[in-house]
Amino acid sequence: MEVALEDIRKYFGDVRANDGISLALQPGKIYGLLGENGAGKSTLMKVLSGYHPPDDGRIVLNAAPVAFSSPSDALAQGIGMIYQDPLDIPAMRVIDNYLLGWDRRIVLDYARAGEELRKNADRMGFHFEPDAYIESLSLGERQQLEMLRLLALGADVLILDEPTTGISAEQKESLFASLHRLVEEEAKTAILVSHKLSDIQELCDHVFVLRRGNLIGSTDIPCPTQHLVEMMFEELPPRRPRVSHARDESAFLRLENVAVEDDRLQVADINLDIRAGEVFGVAGLEGSGQRLILQACAGLLPVSEGKIYLDQRDVTRWPYRKLLQTGVAYLPAGRLEEGLIAGLNLMEHIALSNPMPAFLIDWRHYAQETEARIQRYEVVGQVDSFVETLSGGNQQRTLFAMLRDDLRLLLMEHPTRGLDVRSADWIWQLLYQRVEAGTTVLFISVDLDELVERSDRIVAFSGGSMSRVVQADETTADELGHLIGGE
Amino acid sequence: MRRIRWHTPNWIVIPIAIIASLLVTSLLLITFGVSPKEGFDAMLLGAFGDSTKVLSVTAFWVPLALAAAGLILTFTAGLWNIGVEGQIVMGAVAASWVALKIDAPGPLMLILELSFAMAAGALWAGLTALLKTRGKVHEIFGGLALNNLAIILTNYLISGPWQPPEGGTFRGTEPFPAKALLPLYQDSHLSPLSVVITLIVIVLIYFVLRGTKWGLRLKALGKNPRSAFILGVPSERETILAMMICGAVAGLGGSVRVLSWFDSLRQSISGGIGYLALLVVMLSATRILLTPFIAYFFSAVLNGSITLQLRTQLHSSLGGILTGVMVLFVLLFGGARPLKLPSQKAVEVEENE
Repeated sequence: MEVALEDIRKYFGDVRANDGISLALQPGKIYGLLGENGAGKSTLMKVLSGYHPPDDGRIVLNAAPVAFSSPSDALAQGIGMIYQDPLDIPAMRVIDNYLLGWDRRIVLDYARAGEELRKNADRMGFHFEPDAYIESLSLGERQQLEMLRLLALGADVLILDEPTTGISAEQKESLFASLHRLVEEEAKTAILVSHKLSDIQELCDHVFVLRRGNLIGSTDIPCPTQHLVEMMFEELPPRRPRVSHARDESAFLRLENVAVEDDRLQVADINLDIRAGEVFGVAGLEGSGQRLILQACAGLLPVSEGKIYLDQRDVTRWPYRKLLQTGVAYLPAGRLEEGLIAGLNLMEHIALSNPMPAFLIDWRHYAQETEARIQRYEVVGQVDSFVETLSGGNQQRTLFAMLRDDLRLLLMEHPTRGLDVRSADWIWQLLYQRVEAGTTVLFISVDLDELVERSDRIVAFSGGSMSRVVQADETTADELGHLIGGE
Repeated sequence: MRRIRWHTPNWIVIPIAIIASLLVTSLLLITFGVSPKEGFDAMLLGAFGDSTKVLSVTAFWVPLALAAAGLILTFTAGLWNIGVEGQIVMGAVAASWVALKIDAPGPLMLILELSFAMAAGALWAGLTALLKTRGKVHEIFGGLALNNLAIILTNYLISGPWQPPEGGTFRGTEPFPAKALLPLYQDSHLSPLSVVITLIVIVLIYFVLRGTKWGLRLKALGKNPRSAFILGVPSERETILAMMICGAVAGLGGSVRVLSWFDSLRQSISGGIGYLALLVVMLSATRILLTPFIAYFFSAVLNGSITLQLRTQLHSSLGGILTGVMVLFVLLFGGARPLKLPSQKAVEVEENE
């Protein structure tokens, strides 16, 4: 099936996730969609698969414009998407999931469906036990099942969102082989959404590169990896020298053979020494394992192996609140999800974040305190403004305004995401003041320029493993781009 | 993508809901061949017709208003304390135990009864809270199970160990000694002391929520538990404490049931006051200062429908229908989702990318 996206636009509030993207796909090919987080890849694919209606622009299938009302509508017209977290129902059996959304009769013909599932699985080189429960399957197997289901429902175009995150090398090989077979023998189209350069190089015939909601370029594969890195990341602005405040060589925060895991990813054998007063940057695209490490340092995620030392004390098993009270702060990326509380105003936030609150709240005191911090952090808002009414940048400033003064370790995710250049620079000036006063900073960012410009040292994460430590003043965004791509 | 919160119903919504629910009830009356005017007149007369009726409405109001005030705390903390019914019952049981088994001078007797009732309610609620924080049992299920247990316990006590000496009716214990009862106003069931206590409790909870660290933490917890935790709110402790204080206040309400409304522990001693209090709080959109008025309205409607039954031979559950329909209409028109749905954090974050 020939697919064309014409001038697709999709905005979320002020964020232009897709800002007029046009591209055309031929049958019998595997396409790559490459870009940083927030470049608009997932949004574009969700538009194509009927999850989001586009704000503007149109989708054309075999020269006929279409409009999808839902993902199942898109699937009925031949477009199926496999999400990063497959949309299956863990408490059900393989065969039930396979039949989901397909057999519309009341009494299901399990025998026939089981036979068909086996036949289809064999064709693709997969193997399933129809009566096994989804919970017992690995992520890779769940992807395979989802793929079989979509194909059985008539998908001509298969979209795979970061399919190689969290699956074994063997499963990756089998997935790639089956995709090649589908494309070559059945003239299907596959779209691989990824930030892994090696996957793109290995699998795709052609790649599109997105940046900030726009199509920046496209090229046939193979091509030099350098070329892809350059397209993916923007040009570096001129480097500004900065003075490091890292005080001594002994480690203030030390990770020894740390291993952490969540249901998707395992990170193991992390060894890091972070010096007092250092600004330490962690690069990597989202979901590469850096967040797990940060949360482990904050006491929000249990460490399965290894030790974490803070100022020579073993804090491995310390709960979050205890760390908080000793001067560790964690600023998460989801501001309204895990930092601010919609429905409470600025003054209530300031009162809430006081580590040593009195039983009775002196609202007059907090009104003054809040007013002072609003001034100092240049928050555009009033003492009684509800946080959800503030813009993203001002929500971020509010989070900074809530930090206690005698902070020892600050753990941050994307400290300046969504801020314009001036505000970002200003936030960093505030952070440097804190660093001068003795705070050590460990932060995650996807912004390579920010990492290079603001850190003393940097590591990159890729698919759960950590790169070597590089000196920020000796590295380039290019080098980081390669490290992030796992090269 | 915004988290769903309590919406304050517009001030237009409540009159609409009242009118709509009156219309539905009128229709029902007409279906049964009773003129709505006659029906509502009967209800009004039943609630406020003479001083006995007013006293009775007020006496019924006390435990309802107490339970509703306690529920304000748990709702603020984002907890569905369905178990409030059982907490009322346990309060009644504990007060009855003191009344039956302990002999102390009058005032001390009352203090003991009320404190035991509060402790029992608090413990019963604490159990639900522990089941939630430690056993991952949702407070709705834990609460429902404990409600049943409390009622079974009452029935066992009435028909077993606390059975009156003259033998087994399944109705109640023998009447408590006079000094164990709350001082009543004339020959009504209303204890003026209980009204004073109720008002004090309401004002206290109002100020706790407005001006204390704890109140602020409950608010934070109820609106976004994840953020509250990140900001350093000790979630488990505050959850248990909110439940226990609610339970204590509900238990106090239960003691009023046995010590003034009745004079003994009876079967179905609460009779659904806890569930009614949940409706009161939903209608108030968790504004504590509204709850006493809404509770009084409920009490009037329910007591009034008894007269309705006498006058028109319609069953008195019509009052329940009227209040129930009203709550539904307020929730419907106000778009008030009482508590947030399970968070779709992952999806929301995705969409921002």
